[in-house]
Amino acid sequence: MELNTREAWTVIHGLVLGAVFLLAFAGGLAGLWSLRPGFLTTSGIRERMRRLYIGVGTMAVTAWLTVITGTWIVYPWYRESLAGEELPGSCEGLVKPALDVCSPRDFLRSNVSGDTSTWHTFGMEWKEHIAWTAPMLATASAFLVIYYGPRLISRPWLRAATLVMFVGAFSAAVVGGVFGAFLNKIAPV
Amino acid sequence: MSTDAIEHGDDLVPELEPLHLEAKPDGPGAAAMLATGIGIFVLGVLTTLNEVSESLRGFLEDFQGSVGVGPLAGKTILGIVAFFASWAILAVLWWKTDVNIKKVFYVGLALGILGAVAMFPPFFEAFAAE
Repeated sequence: MELNTREAWTVIHGLVLGAVFLLAFAGGLAGLWSLRPGFLTTSGIRERMRRLYIGVGTMAVTAWLTVITGTWIVYPWYRESLAGEELPGSCEGLVKPALDVCSPRDFLRSNVSGDTSTWHTFGMEWKEHIAWTAPMLATASAFLVIYYGPRLISRPWLRAATLVMFVGAFSAAVVGGVFGAFLNKIAPV
Repeated sequence: MSTDAIEHGDDLVPELEPLHLEAKPDGPGAAAMLATGIGIFVLGVLTTLNEVSESLRGFLEDFQGSVGVGPLAGKTILGIVAFFASWAILAVLWWKTDVNIKKVFYVGLALGILGAVAMFPPFFEAFAAE
């Protein structure tokens, strides 16, 4: 039972970092949501804030690691041009991408195994760009939580604005994660 | 009584009183919000312009070095530079300053939405050269 290098990196990029991101988001959302007047005692606020700082910080760091590994390690394997100028080229007759013969992008664009080109022109093209908004939003919302701290309890509008950015980061990551999972199913690297 | 609450006219919260929180200016928070909008907007605009201009695409591809990332390398690097550089500049300008954080948030939100639209494939592919 083993994973090759490409499989290992897709697992790190999508599964390991994705799972940590999801856990950090769930904890951060619950913590941020409950920063309301009357919900916590003073000692509860102290305890809650420590966990919240760790949660939002972890989410921001994980978001950066996810997009950096995705763009600079996994994506080049996806977009190699192996099949030649005229598709389907060497992808002809394949039901999956093949190492050194037909890259996942070549495979999807060539439509040799069903109508697959939209997975690239819509799915991958959206995922590769929108995912980069997640670390920016997560970093800024982590900064807001750490900068204002418990003051967010007395400032409902500011807490709501921070939540909008926090959930925005998650939504962008969901687009990236969902399309990533489908693309890796249809055309694994 | 929380001095922060008095400063910003928000809710008074008895459980915060024992924490003796000092008021914090909104400048640094607003800088983070606007910088995020700017970073997303730059990334979106570069995504669309990459479809329009061959020379810009070549410039964006130059950022990839020997790694086969293509123009995505330049788009994301410049988007991130815009994010951190604008954050640093705004943070210096607004340090220890109270700004209208609601207005800044909505400007950042508008920039972010425009950027997100510009990186939506049906939008930027409409500008692709035939």
